[in-house]
Amino acid sequence: MNLSQTILGVTFRNPTVLASGIWGITASSWQEVARNGAGGVTTKSLWLKEHKGHKNPCIISTEHWTLNAVGVPDAGVEKAKEEIGDYNKEKPVPLIANIIADSVENYGKTAAGIVELKPDFLEVNISCPNVEDEFGRPFACSAADAAAVTKAVKKVSGKVPVFIKLSPNVENIGAIALACAKAGADGFTAINTVGPGMAIDLRSRMPILSNKVGGLSGPGIKPIAVKCIADIYRATEGKLPIIGTGGVHTGEDALELMLAGATLIGIGTAIGTRGEDVFKKVTEEMSAWCKEEGIKNIAELVGGMHKTMDNE
Amino acid sequence: MTTKNNIPLESRLPKTYRIKEIRRETAKVQTFTFDVSLGAQPGQFIMLWLPGVDEKPMSVAYDDEKGLKITFFAVGCMTEKLAQCKVGDLVGLRGPFGTHYEWKPRQRLALVAGGYGAAPMYFAARKASEDGCKLDVFVGARSAEHLLYIKELEDLRGATVHIATDDGSRGFRGYNVEVLKQQIEKGNSFDQIFACGPEMMIKAVSALSADYKIPSQLSLERYMKCGYGLCGNCVVDPLGIRLCKDGPVIKNDLCQKILEFGKYHRDDLGKKHEF
Repeated sequence: MNLSQTILGVTFRNPTVLASGIWGITASSWQEVARNGAGGVTTKSLWLKEHKGHKNPCIISTEHWTLNAVGVPDAGVEKAKEEIGDYNKEKPVPLIANIIADSVENYGKTAAGIVELKPDFLEVNISCPNVEDEFGRPFACSAADAAAVTKAVKKVSGKVPVFIKLSPNVENIGAIALACAKAGADGFTAINTVGPGMAIDLRSRMPILSNKVGGLSGPGIKPIAVKCIADIYRATEGKLPIIGTGGVHTGEDALELMLAGATLIGIGTAIGTRGEDVFKKVTEEMSAWCKEEGIKNIAELVGGMHKTMDNE
Repeated sequence: MTTKNNIPLESRLPKTYRIKEIRRETAKVQTFTFDVSLGAQPGQFIMLWLPGVDEKPMSVAYDDEKGLKITFFAVGCMTEKLAQCKVGDLVGLRGPFGTHYEWKPRQRLALVAGGYGAAPMYFAARKASEDGCKLDVFVGARSAEHLLYIKELEDLRGATVHIATDDGSRGFRGYNVEVLKQQIEKGNSFDQIFACGPEMMIKAVSALSADYKIPSQLSLERYMKCGYGLCGNCVVDPLGIRLCKDGPVIKNDLCQKILEFGKYHRDDLGKKHEF
């Protein structure tokens, strides 16, 4: 049973990757996630310069959902240089560097700084739902804005493939993906968190998150992820790889996202419920299912739903 | 679906409770009692939320069926606002999180508490005393007026309290770890050492514990956001473990593998700061 995926020349030992925003602040974190079975790791969003996040409470959960408004804190490219440099000295699995900025121009500048650190992929976060007070509507909400960011990043990215991280909170994610593809995107990550949502404390009658609203994740968002991935795959005719992220907790969840069109599977919130070795567990569950079904190569599942429907 | 890290899912969302009782400990330290038990063990922490202000990790000063206590030092924006709260005001709690001190009945324990580390150490001392442990408690503070929980500790069965102050205004003049060292050199033997306090004090206990081959459990503090292993802010180098889940109380053999221990810690942006 071959679980590995080779995408744009980069080989991942299995399809699971640490999703951006969870855990991945330091080189030692990425190493630990790799020890727990991940096929790849994604950094938390990196800014050109220092950026403060929101106050606590910034992450809250119940059994059904997690809301987060961490607010994308980061110490800037200089710290990223140290951490990615440390990671690259002893690199167990590929590293996807996720970047963020407040303007098209700064996306270009941040990308230029991070590309020098030789990540395997660049992932461009244009879809964070919890910094709208600071920066307005995310770039991922307009095809023109998303394409402009893609173009600016592609101009400086050289040989590093560029994945655009899209938002589910739009009318037509397929059209936005197509606009990015035309602007040169090499792939997509979908989805970012849903909403945003809100939770209120009954006695104090106050919103719990300091930012009032936060991005929704957890098992319940999986159907939205599946639908968005399927839309992107259709719109781009299955030609570009998709890192499918959203609600994955089990091997069967991961396989479902692959059938919708995902090549790699991002896992984040599930660490909180299944433990840090969720990567190992999901991989083993995928492997067991494939063995039972007589599937030899996991890559053949990517976009399986579309292929089946087209043949009917 | 299994929950590996034993953190009950209901503890991840804060809920507000009214302050039942306020006790002033020192000029800047107060103890709040809440009419709820979260089932915390000595050494564990909770996230304490002041609606509209901020949320911070706090060690639990006591928790049983009669209520939960936290003892805090008014030192920053949030704790200064907390210090102005009155009985009946609402404060959010979630938790408990992390590991706790562990002992066996009738063990001989050395408990080392620095500054407001005396509060969680009192919790451990009281529970260990109930288990028939013999305790030597080494309480340290800058000066006599900053000492906490002395009388409560002295009242525990089987407990001997040793006091150290930086300025010598009460007890030994110098560090509490020095007093512990003297006791060990006098021939006092201990099954375990527990420590809670400033990191440089913990560092000294860690070295002493290794030198004299006495197992120890040490409480480490790092910047916390979620408290249940998602945000990654409390990850330590080079192990990559999260102190909200694998800590705050860790055994010395693990502690000595943390290379940043006693050297640096990270802020909310992940930036390093030296001690």
